[in-house]
Order: sequence, then C-alpha cells, then structure tokens
Amino acid sequence: MPKLFTGAEIVFKSLEDQNVEYIFGYPGGAVLPIYDELKNHKSIKHILARHEQGAGHAAEGYARSSGKPGILLVTSGPGATNAVTALADAYMDSVPLICISGQVPTHLIGTDAFQECDTTGITRPCTKHNWLVKDVNDLARIMHKAFEVATTGRPGPVLVDIPKDIQFKKGKYNFTKKKLLKKINKKVSNKTNLKDINKFIDMMKDSSKPIFYTGGGVVNSGPEASTLLRELVGLTGFPITSTLQGLGAYPGDDSRFLGMLGMHGTYEANNAMHDCDLMINIGARFDDRITGKLDEFSPKSKKIHVDIDPSSVGKNVKVDLAIISDVNELLKNLIKIFTEKNKNFLNSNKQKTSKWWTQIQKWRKKKSLNFINSETTIKPQYAVQRLYELTKNKDTFITTEVGQHQMWAAQHYKFNKPNRWMTSGGLGTMGYGLPAAIGVQVAHPGKLVIDIAGEASVLMTMQEMSTAVQYRLPIKIFILNNEYMGMVRQWQELLHGKNYSESYSEALPDFVKLAEAYGCVGIRASKPSELDEKIEEMINVDRPVIFDCRVDKEENCYPMIPSGKPHNQMLLGPKDEKEEVSDEGKTLV
Amino acid sequence: MTKSKSAYSEPGKFGKSDYHIIVVWVDNEAGVLARVAGLFSGRGYNIDSLAVAEVDKKKHLSRITIVSKGTPEVIKQIKLQLNKLIPVHKVADFSRVDPNILFRELALFKLVSASKKLDKAKKLCKKFNGVVLDKSKKSLVIQVTALRREIDKLTETLKPLGLVSISRTGAVAMTRGPEIFITN
Repeated sequence: MPKLFTGAEIVFKSLEDQNVEYIFGYPGGAVLPIYDELKNHKSIKHILARHEQGAGHAAEGYARSSGKPGILLVTSGPGATNAVTALADAYMDSVPLICISGQVPTHLIGTDAFQECDTTGITRPCTKHNWLVKDVNDLARIMHKAFEVATTGRPGPVLVDIPKDIQFKKGKYNFTKKKLLKKINKKVSNKTNLKDINKFIDMMKDSSKPIFYTGGGVVNSGPEASTLLRELVGLTGFPITSTLQGLGAYPGDDSRFLGMLGMHGTYEANNAMHDCDLMINIGARFDDRITGKLDEFSPKSKKIHVDIDPSSVGKNVKVDLAIISDVNELLKNLIKIFTEKNKNFLNSNKQKTSKWWTQIQKWRKKKSLNFINSETTIKPQYAVQRLYELTKNKDTFITTEVGQHQMWAAQHYKFNKPNRWMTSGGLGTMGYGLPAAIGVQVAHPGKLVIDIAGEASVLMTMQEMSTAVQYRLPIKIFILNNEYMGMVRQWQELLHGKNYSESYSEALPDFVKLAEAYGCVGIRASKPSELDEKIEEMINVDRPVIFDCRVDKEENCYPMIPSGKPHNQMLLGPKDEKEEVSDEGKTLV
Repeated sequence: MTKSKSAYSEPGKFGKSDYHIIVVWVDNEAGVLARVAGLFSGRGYNIDSLAVAEVDKKKHLSRITIVSKGTPEVIKQIKLQLNKLIPVHKVADFSRVDPNILFRELALFKLVSASKKLDKAKKLCKKFNGVVLDKSKKSLVIQVTALRREIDKLTETLKPLGLVSISRTGAVAMTRGPEIFITN
C-alpha cells in the first residue's frame, strides 16, 4: 500500500522534484490548503506580490533571466482573472510559466459559487494547455506534465486549476526523480537532416548580400545557442540584426551587428533586410512590427527560417528553406559541417560580400539613432545612453515597460549577453517592467537590475514596490518621465492631427515622495548636468530606488517605419515627417 | 494617397478560398471540443460543419470532422495550429475535390402533407439511400445519406412537398482503398 498524500502535499512534492526554488503568488480562500502546506517545504520560498498580475510578471522576469520556469500561485475567481494578463504576455513571448490556481470545491463548480469563474475556459486561448484536476490521483501526473509542456518545444505558460476539495483529498504520488530524469533524457531532439544543412550552407555560399535576422528563439534555446551564433557570425563574416526579443544573443557593440530591426529599428538594419539576397532567420517569427508591409517585405531575397514551432514557419512570410529545430541543435550541426568543408571561408568570401558591406557602411553613416541633444533639458535618449555608459561594466539586467522608453532602451542600451533584457514585446503589456525586475532580482541576488520605465506604465503595477521593499530587492526603477503616454502621444501627433486625446497625465504623483512612502529611495534629475551624478547615486544605493528622470516632454521616437510602408522607406527624424505631411497637404488642397 | 491612421499594416492580397475537410483525432477528454472550436473562432477561421464522436472506446479517442473554407495558407495554419494542441494526436486535411476521399452526410427530414406528396418525396429520396424511419397518415420521417450539396439540393426540392423539419450531421470523411491516414 503506497503512502497517501493530500493534494496540497502532492503539489509541493512535484515542485520539489522539479527543483523549484521560488513561487510568486497571492493567497485566497480557494487556495488556502496549498498555502497551509508551504511551511513544511523549506527549500521553496514564496514571494508575496501585491497583485496577481504583478506575481505573474515577476515569475516571467524570473524565468526569462534564469532559463528556469516561473511558478505562479493564485486563488480562484479574481485571483485567476488577474493572472490572465501575465499568462497572455508569457504566451506571446514564449516564457515558460506554471500557474497553479485554486478553484471552488468540485461540487460547487457550475453553481456560481463565491469567487468562482471558469478559469480553464478563460485561460484556454492564452496558455499552451490547461487542466482542471477532478481526481486527486491525477494530480501528480498533471503537475509533471505541466512542467513538460511549459518547458519543451516553444516554451509557454500552462495552468493547473485545483478545486479546494482536491487539495484536501488524499491520493497517490507515484513519481520518482528517476522516472523524471528518464523522461527528460528520452525527450526527442529535432535531428535536422543533412540535406537541409547542406542546402543551408550552399545558400550561404551563393549569397553576396546575406544577413542574419535573429530573435528570441536564440535566447530561449539557452546560453550555448548565443555562443554558437557568435561563432557562426565569426565564421561567415555576415552582418547580423536582431529583433527586440533577441537582443543580447549577439554583442550589441560588435561591428557586424547592425542594431535592432523593425518599426523602430536602425536605418542600416532595415535597409539591409530590404535589399539582401539571403535572409537567415534564426528563432524569429516575422512579426508585423518587423515586416512592415508584407507585400514589399525583402522582395529580392531567398529566405531561410529556423524555428522550433512549425506553425511559425510560413505563417506570415513564405520561405525557401524551413528548418523545424531547436536553435542550439541546428547551430551545433551546421557549424560542425560548415567548418569541415569550408576551412577558410571568411577570407575567401570577403571579396564576394565587400560591396554589400560598403553599402551597409553608407547606410550606417546616416546615424539613424542620432538625436539633437540639449544642454537645458534631458533628452530621453541621452538618459538611456548615460545609464548604459555608467552600468556597462557591471553585469546589468534591464527590464522595461511598454512605449517610447522601451524603444529608446532597445536602441541605446547595448546588450552583450543573453537573458539580460526582459521586455514585453508580443503583448506589449504596460506595467510589465517593475514586477519583472522583482523576479529578475530574486533570481540574481547581488546583480544590478534596472527597470527602464515610463511614468504612465509604471503606475499600472506601482504597488509591487511594496514587494521589493519587503524582500529587500534593490531594484532600480528608472522612469523617463515626460508626463505623456509618449507612444500614444507620438502616434496622435503624426497620424491624428495632434489631437492629444487623453494621453496627458494631469495629476502625476511626486515620485520621490512616493518612493519614500513605500520605504525606498527617491531620486530626481531634471538637468543634463546632474544626470551622471544622480545615476551613480542610484547604482550605489543598496535599496530599491525610484528615479524620476524628467525628460523632454515632446521627444519622438525615431527612426520609424510608418504604417503600411516597406523597410526602405523609413522616417529618420522630425524633418522627414514634416516634408511628407506638407506634400500631402498639397494633394489635399 | 490617403495616409494610414493605423499602427498596423494594411491587408495584403488574399488568395483563393477553397473548402477543405479537416479530420482531427483527439483524446476524448473534458473541454477538448472547446479547444478545437476555440482555436477556430479565436484565429478567425471558419467552421462550416462539425461532426464529432468517440471512435475508440479503449483509448478514448474521438474523431472530429470539420468542414472549413480558406486560402491554402490559412488551411495550412489551421493544421499546424491544431497539431500544437496537447490532446490532438493527428490531423488530416482533404480538399473537397480530392477523388480519393469519400464524404457523406446524414440528414433526417420530416414532411407533413397529403399522402400523394409524401409518396413523391419518398421517391425523390430513393437515390440518396432514403430509409423511412417513421410514418403516419399525414407525416413521414426519412433518412438520407449523401454529399452535402446533394442534401442542399434535396432540401429545396422537398420544400414544396411539406418539409417541416431538417436535422443534419455535418460531413464525415474517409479515404478510399486499403490505406489509412497514419500520421503527419
């Protein structure tokens, strides 16, 4: 007769067997038996958030910076619905999350009981899979399956909904670590066939205008994939650009790196994407912020697409060679075969791509990230640049909220390592960065963690400062405060006749006093001349900091691809925009 | 040219849409139909008809047959997205014009009218394996199995003969010959 355990015990036994160290969560009626069991499991630490969305983003930050799945524990009804934004965010950006939610007792399901909602119904379209546990003897299997689904293939969130009576009921836990190991070892790796690899190599050899276009898949594939990517770029000498999520997989300050591509990408990256004859997409998904107008997207190129998710291939853009594989596996095989047959490729191929590089240097000379600096007001780009210069020698982790500040951070902060950049790209969740920074700091005690924020975004999850203070997590919230929802304001200026409908925040809090109210440190900088000194002060404080950086209120984020335009028709600055508008004015009049 | 006011790109050119029959083998567990149907509605794919029942009691496998319309790209996405669902074992897709595929749909018709008209209706249904399931002086319940478009047509011809109620299953499909659909 095997020993019987309660549902709550089974939850923790599964978490222990999966080597879970941290849970992010918030208690409530339907999940109390699990919280009651917490005290018996010393190896697992619970981080109490102030809102389930915050707990969810913290779990995401933890997962993205550590490569381990994030665990989220919430109650039924509002607990679960509050977690939905984080789940949807994790689904879009391929972050492995395991959300455990309490549910009303089995006999009350469907009766509109207190704090009841159809959690599996609500979360079905924003999880990879979810389960409603109806029998305690299924719980162990489902818990381990949940980890497998969340972490294999294209990673993503899953949810396990456990009714309160199941948490009390006793059942079997017939799962041993041995069994788990066996299963993981058995996991099929996608062996790419030799024919595809040879075709890949032939296409690289044929190309005179190649470009690597890499994305979050490289980061998700583990740090080794980033090392291999650097090796491959080194072997071929090809230029490389990255999506927002892929930043850090390749060193941001390397001469072969053209910067980020896409709507607010660099002039050289976007033009190279448009004019190339070979596009090598590794772990990116041809998102609409990247491609711009699909009909005119990179019209002359052959395309290779490496992705672990078959449904990402051919969804938006047709490709000539599709390889369904983990990035790390593919790169390992590719580099091995490539180096065997092409000993001196870098030098022998230099001639072939020299014209291409000359062209790229011409685009680079446009210096598309340039901005007109000021001696009286802090330009937001300048603030990010100074932040980068003053933190680049530390192993710094950056999270962001969503909006202009996010794009400026992506453009001006240069990442050299993967897993150092956590931003909400797919869903574009304002309020992501602060709680994500908490999760990052939990995973990396002693490291410098900065949330580059906007004042509007950060107010959406500001309550989590309380969490940071409680757990002594010295996160730095670096707010580029322009009093506007900047990206909304920018679109309204450019496309809606400067009708700034509801995008100005009239009654902002005093962020320095707010910091003090939370029990952390508040710092304000209003002049360029004091910026460096204040940033140093922020770095040197070993406590959570809210940094109110007062920046130019009307700065726009450039360069940009206007909507409906292809990659080679970028706006570089306000001057381009004015010309275009005046031309249009003529047509209209 | 008017300037786009959207942060999103304009729609591109659409390819030609065709009817496809998509067959999905799934674990017969709670919520599985909602997952499949939700995927279709969530991604804007259309469902023309849907037939589902358990086909393997021991393994708890159900077979779902969905008639959908879409461009080749959309149909390909439907297949790939379905394959990502955890309870899905395999997915097959058949074009409606594929000669190697058999399609059938079952329909029940209730007619209420004079016996002369009812006799005429019976005759019309004969061609489509008409079976009389119930009969009274004034009424008739008749079962036919045929292609969707044949049933559509039959419905029209039966209308003047006193057709009062129709119940249809949606199409089911199977390949000809000894082959079965193994995996994809």
